[in-house]
Parts: sequence; C-alpha cells; structure tokens
Amino acid sequence: MAIYGTALLCICVIAGMIVGKFLGALLHLDPKVNVGGVGFAMLLLICLTDWLRRRGAMRPPTEAGILFWSSIYIPVVVAMAASQDVRSAVTGGPAAILAGVLSVLCCLALVPVISRMGRTDDSLD
Amino acid sequence: MSDSLKSVFVDYSLVTAFAVIGLTVGFSYFLSHRLTRGRLHGSAIAIMLGLLMAYFGGMETHGKKGIADLPIFAGIGLMGGNMIRDLAIVATSMGVHLGEIRKTGLGGVVSLLVGVFVPFIVGAGVARAFGYTDAVSMTTIGAGAATFIVGPVTGTALGASSDIIALSVAAGLVKAILVMIGTPFIAKSIGLNNPRTALIFGGLMGTTSGVAGGLAATDPKLVPYGAMTATFHTGLGCLLGPSVMYFLIRQVA
Repeated sequence: MAIYGTALLCICVIAGMIVGKFLGALLHLDPKVNVGGVGFAMLLLICLTDWLRRRGAMRPPTEAGILFWSSIYIPVVVAMAASQDVRSAVTGGPAAILAGVLSVLCCLALVPVISRMGRTDDSLD
Repeated sequence: MSDSLKSVFVDYSLVTAFAVIGLTVGFSYFLSHRLTRGRLHGSAIAIMLGLLMAYFGGMETHGKKGIADLPIFAGIGLMGGNMIRDLAIVATSMGVHLGEIRKTGLGGVVSLLVGVFVPFIVGAGVARAFGYTDAVSMTTIGAGAATFIVGPVTGTALGASSDIIALSVAAGLVKAILVMIGTPFIAKSIGLNNPRTALIFGGLMGTTSGVAGGLAATDPKLVPYGAMTATFHTGLGCLLGPSVMYFLIRQVA
C-alpha cells in the first residue's frame, strides 16, 4: 500500500530531524538550528529502501508512496519561492544586495576549482 | 470577492495552493515551449513567477511570507514551508547513488568550509565599506551572506541590533533568490551537470532554498545531491559564525 512508503519516508524525515537537532544541542547551538537533518534523513531513506529492496519487501505500491512526494518536488519549490520575503530582499538597501550578490559570485567562481580538486584521487571517467 | 466564495479558498487553503501552483507550473511550461522553445526551462520560469507573486504579496500585506500572507493563498505557505519542502527533498533521494557521494568525499567537506568562510569575509567587507565598522555588525552581515538563517542566529548570539539583523536577513534572501534564478544560466560554464559538482555546489552556496530551486530548474536529477550538502551548511555556519568567524573578524576590525 502507498501509505507504507509515505510512512517510511516520514519516519526517515522525523528521525533525521531528531538527529540534526541532537547534533545542534551537542554543539550548544541555538535550538532553532538543525545540523544536517535533511542529509541524515536522506541517507537513512537510501539505506532503508536498499535493505527492503534486497529482502524483496519493497513492492511497487510502497515505492509509489515515496515517488509521489519526489515528483511533487518542483511545485513545492515554486510554492516556496512564492512565500519568500522578496519585498525585504529588494528593499533591503544596497549593503544587503551587494553582500548577497558578491557572496554568490565568489562562491560560484569556486565551484569548478573545488570540483577539479576532488578529481585528482579519482580514476578517469 | 463575495465572502462565501472567499471562505471556500480560506477553508480549503492547502487544496487551493495545489491548484494555484499547478496552474502556475502549467502556464510556465506553456511559456517555456512557446516563447523560448524550451531553452529556458519551465520550472525556472515557474520559480520566477513564484518570486514575482511573493513580491506583490509582500507589497500588498507588508508581511514576511510573500503571497502566503494573503488569507486566500495561505496554503501556499504550508505547501512551500519547511515541513513539506524537506519531505519532498528527502523523497528525491530515492534517485541517489551512494557511490557518487563517497567519490566526492573530501571535495564535499572542503566546499562546505569554503562555502561558510567566503561569504563571511565578503559580507563583512561589504559591511565595512558601508560604514558598519564594529566586529559584531560585520560578523552578523557576513553571516547573513552565508544564509538568512545563519544571519539572525549569529546576530542574536553576538547581541547585534535589530536593524543589523534585518540587514543580514535581507543579504541572505538576495543570495537565495539569486541562486534560484541564476543557477540554470551559469550551470554550463561552471560544469554543473553531474552529481559530484552538484554536491560541491550545494556545499558552497549553502542556501537550501536557493540550491533546491536552482538545481530543480537546471536538472531535477541533481537536486538530492546539492540539497544533501546544503543542509549541512547552515548548521556549520551557525557553529562557526558566533565563534571562529567573530574572533577572526575582530582581529581585523
């Protein structure tokens, strides 16, 4: 049933968030901060679905319960964009705009540099 | 609009949101095919339309949640809020190959550190150029240039004034929006077409909303990779901001 997949996904998200909050608390961060919760949830989901698949317990309807949420991802991002505080960003003044723009440009320029660095210990592909 | 009609949209706000966003996405793909022959991806247009809607919503209500501050569109705030967004991001990891993550290893860690360090320095420099010469303000604005969550967290920890914190949030928002819109245009020139570069991109840019939106508009297959590292960026920024970065910036301020 599709609910099994959705429940599995939700359990992974909750578990990841708990780990992220716990890590934040360990590091004495603000309780609002979640250190890599989404990342842990993803790794957990990858491992669990892989294990279930190998045991043959991952039926197509179960998988559909996860894939639906994955396929609704772009519309969710559009909704996220529509609920951003764009007015504050635009009216934040030149210092805010310049700080944002320059930090994006500097980081973008470094993407190929670091990407190439990772390649040295890798066979040609 | 008559009140009874309005109450339908308000009572069924999440359902309204799915309908409105679905129509927006459909309209965007139509524009993408007709006006740009698919060269500008439909989802990129949809995200820009979303941001435009957010701008007008903000102008109308002076709230912080874009179009979602209008009661009939409140469901869009729920649909695009952290809860559903994170659920959908995690679901995309079904297409992730663990081998790709392992191969990126060191590059991912370096990208995270550089991705936190560089915005702080750039942001603090800009702050100084605009006359904010005390270390607390410089660090807070630098933190905002990392992401709009690191900004207020760092500013609060250091006791920055509320106008400086607002400025840091604005810097972070500018960054998120620029990454959302700009990524599809520069993807080719920075080699952003494979999981490894997407992982590094996520670590460097940090802003989860920006990375998620930008990669979705570039190639949806790359989203889980970028999102995975981006989610560690904010935590690292909140950790280093009020500590290491503040001490470093205090040395030069």
